[in-house]
Amino acid sequence: MAGAPRSRAMNRRWRQWSGALFVLPTVALLLVFLVLPIFSTIRLSMDTGIFLQLRRFVGLDNYVNLFTNDRLFFSVGPKGISGVLVNNVLWLVLYTGGCIGLGLLIAALADRVRYETVVKTVVFVPQAIAATAAGLIWLLIYAPNPDIGLLNAIAKAFGGGPIGFLGNASVVTYALIVAAVWTGTGLAVVILSAAIKSVPVELVEAATIDGASGIQSFRSIVLPMISGPLTVVAVTLAIAAIKTFDLVFIMTRGGPNGASGVIGYTYYSQTFEQGRGGYGAAAAIVMLVVVIPIILLNIRRFRASEAER
Amino acid sequence: MTVRAPGRTWQRSLGRLPIHVTLLVVILVWIIPSLSVVVTSVRLPTDIASTGWWTVLANGPVTLDNYTAVISQLGFARAIFNSFAIAVPSTVFPLALAAFAAYGFAWLKFPGRNALFLVVVALMVVPIQAAFVPALQIFSALGIGNSFVAIWIAHTTFALPFATFLLRSFMVQLPPELLEAAEIDGASSLRIFRSIILPLSTPALASFAVLQFLWVWNDLLMALIFIQNDSMYPLTNATAKLLSTYGQDFHYLSASAVLLMIVPIVVFVALQRQFVRGIVAGSVK
Repeated sequence: MAGAPRSRAMNRRWRQWSGALFVLPTVALLLVFLVLPIFSTIRLSMDTGIFLQLRRFVGLDNYVNLFTNDRLFFSVGPKGISGVLVNNVLWLVLYTGGCIGLGLLIAALADRVRYETVVKTVVFVPQAIAATAAGLIWLLIYAPNPDIGLLNAIAKAFGGGPIGFLGNASVVTYALIVAAVWTGTGLAVVILSAAIKSVPVELVEAATIDGASGIQSFRSIVLPMISGPLTVVAVTLAIAAIKTFDLVFIMTRGGPNGASGVIGYTYYSQTFEQGRGGYGAAAAIVMLVVVIPIILLNIRRFRASEAER
Repeated sequence: MTVRAPGRTWQRSLGRLPIHVTLLVVILVWIIPSLSVVVTSVRLPTDIASTGWWTVLANGPVTLDNYTAVISQLGFARAIFNSFAIAVPSTVFPLALAAFAAYGFAWLKFPGRNALFLVVVALMVVPIQAAFVPALQIFSALGIGNSFVAIWIAHTTFALPFATFLLRSFMVQLPPELLEAAEIDGASSLRIFRSIILPLSTPALASFAVLQFLWVWNDLLMALIFIQNDSMYPLTNATAKLLSTYGQDFHYLSASAVLLMIVPIVVFVALQRQFVRGIVAGSVK
């Protein structure tokens, strides 16, 4: 008799402790192949690091060089600032802004027609395909030969000369971002469309009766009500902009003359093509530092949602 | 009750014309690029260089030669196999491990649980570049640097934070009464996991599986880094290599792009609901 409750209590305690066993494989893998490697990379970033090996400790020299001594990474010239950092900021602003702007427009307009599903599906499909494939698609669209590239065929029809979208240092980053917006807008459309549908119809109708135009009621009623999903989309796209690599690798390899480089490409080419492991590691750690605010935001959002439960 | 005058409806639909025109432009802008690569892939190299793909109906025959060449002579048969050999285990492993972990984090109390889970949340957006080099060194020290095992482990590990987060968010919402009843009946945690949690979590498991499979199938960066030898290249790498060898030969490049797109599009069409749900739930990554 006396043994039963005790063994039940022990059972219970064992059950709770067994939770540790359930998470153990995941935690172990994360520790060995993600968390500890991050610390090794921080160490490597303070070394000359030939290929993957430590050579000589140099403190913060790699970081100092990145920001002050590397023309391709960041430079202040007579024509303004340029380099990888500037490109990444362009990606951050134009890619994120472009996808959200177009996403809002498409979601709001599609909401008012019967073929909404068709529009949403067509825009969403590029989300499923590889950036490598999207890169080839846009190489074809941008091709300088007007018999191959559609955009240059159009330019020629209007009497314009061939435009080297990817060969011109001052155009190339914008051309890459356009291709990226083509792939990324679908995400914004799907999430924002669901959000727009959750805004009560009566609210918008009331505003319309009060004489507000479609655009006015969208701005003053719908937009504030979807600010939550809007933030989620913005954060997701911003992370993608910071990590961007595939399109740049496929379409330009950072060229011409390094004009379209981004930090993800700097990391790859320094570490694996130039064999400058320490320098590449510093670029990776810069990426890590840049996303820290987003990490904190995620933790705060998670805590808030837990408190709600 | 007001009866709408006939003139008003006509005006209304005219007023909606800009909406239809804008959406038509949107549809064209999103279809034409993909269409261009599909059309180019079935044209002769000489036709591609001399006439635009948009004149395909007027100019030249349609052929599958580019596909035969890419698949049989340029090694893409092997690459297709490799893509599956990489993507399937890289989907199954994190799915299984994260399901266990998610149950632990959602329903079992053990010391340090909450702190540990915050670390998982934090790791979700960490740029994985910060782990590549040391991970590579561990793989070569273990003697698996030159096998698929390395990239399986890498994909599994880097997917775990998001997978655990996604599955846990789903599992915490399961009704507690169900689990308590099973506990009172004396069911072990493992049994509860297998017979209650897993079956009820199918939608979340499916969403993650679809998302992860496509993510790995489409991955270029990790394949570039964790796969050293050509015979193990997945489609993305094989395509990138083709591009560096035949940079201007759009007959090969377009065929390889289409090959790379087929599987994701089939998966998307077949499992659209799971995919969209996963993307929406995952938009914190």
